[in-house]
Amino acid sequence: MAGVGLGPLRAMGRQALVLLALCATGARGLYFHIGETEKRCFIEEIPDETMVIGNYRTQMWDKQKEVFLPSTPGLGMHVEVKDPDGKVVLSRQYGSEGRFTFTSHTPGDHQICLHSNSTRMALFAGGKLRVHLDIQVGEHANNYPEIAAKDKLTELQLRARQLLDQVEQIQKEQDYQRYREERFRLTSESTNQRVLWWSIAQTVILILTGIWQMRHLKSFFEAKKLV
Amino acid sequence: MGSAAPRSASVLLLLLFLLLLRAEQPRGAELTFELPDNAKQCFHEEVEQGVKFSLDYQVITGGHYDVDCYVEDPQGNTIYRETKKQYDSFTYRAEVKGVYQFCFSNEFSTFSHKTVYFDFQVGDEPPILPDMGNRVTALTQMESACVTIHEALKTVIDSQTHYRLREAQDRARAEDLNSRVSYWSIGETIALFVVSFSQVLLLKSFFTEKRPISRAVHS
Repeated sequence: MAGVGLGPLRAMGRQALVLLALCATGARGLYFHIGETEKRCFIEEIPDETMVIGNYRTQMWDKQKEVFLPSTPGLGMHVEVKDPDGKVVLSRQYGSEGRFTFTSHTPGDHQICLHSNSTRMALFAGGKLRVHLDIQVGEHANNYPEIAAKDKLTELQLRARQLLDQVEQIQKEQDYQRYREERFRLTSESTNQRVLWWSIAQTVILILTGIWQMRHLKSFFEAKKLV
Repeated sequence: MGSAAPRSASVLLLLLFLLLLRAEQPRGAELTFELPDNAKQCFHEEVEQGVKFSLDYQVITGGHYDVDCYVEDPQGNTIYRETKKQYDSFTYRAEVKGVYQFCFSNEFSTFSHKTVYFDFQVGDEPPILPDMGNRVTALTQMESACVTIHEALKTVIDSQTHYRLREAQDRARAEDLNSRVSYWSIGETIALFVVSFSQVLLLKSFFTEKRPISRAVHS
């Protein structure tokens, strides 16, 4: 009697476990493989005062089972973010699953580098690491359901908020574009100046060298009594 | 025992619902990464059957601004392959559910590492609130106007991104040209001096050796 009653429950429990496992191993989007201490860098060109949120999840390759383990405690990833001037904005060690956030204060190329600081080198020898990565910039980083719940907005108000965020991002990008265009113009004008001055200088050097050559040879031949 | 069965059934239903949410979740990834010379980098993403995905990529800096790219379906068939492309856009409707991989290869280049931007979008954009998928009534005029504006702004942001990438590429070339002009000018000045001095020296050396011979000929 007890065996008959427990049977379907056990089956349900097994199904639940399978579903849970499927949920847990569900890919969080894009993933790639990196080697043991390999460093992988991504570049985000962003205007200033823009928030960037990055989520990652790592899975280690199990050589015996030839499959990626769902989650690996003890495996850490070091995240380093550098701003356009090379200054380090963020440099932290996270666990096997982590989330990092930073806000840019200078417009330009920010470099986000990830490498693993594996604490289990022996197990990892010759292995691969699968990294699921998701980087959201600016307006895409906003979590609208959360904002709606926190500020108690209706759907229309939430849509208006989203449109405002988008327009703000467009404005920031346009300001950044103006700054970039100025830099580009300075570079082009510098090239123009350099080409101009160097060609004048080289023509002058050429003429002076020619004159020097002629005079030197003339005095040389006069000394040798050939002229 | 009577109450345990419905509770576990509801837990199962919740898990199934969560799983479905994950399965339906449209995703997008936009990354810029460095591709060293003689290297290949691959990215993978799980796509459901019947879902349309698109891949846009562009080379920003490096060499001749070209890269090889190929996309493979879960069975290993190549569904897209291009060599030495500067930028391209590729859309595909997934016939098979599974992990699709796309790779960028710089193996043809020996000394120029490249910066590549790609934008991989899967499915359509999710609704702004998760429970909006099952609406009973149609959208009001305000709401549909908001949706139209949202789509238009997305187009603006997309074209801004493309403009930014083009500008980055042009600026990289201009800065390259600037430094090349400097090096070339300095190099040419040095070459000029070296050549003129060695011309004079060589000429002098001719006349210094031949002098006794000419004296002998004249006398």
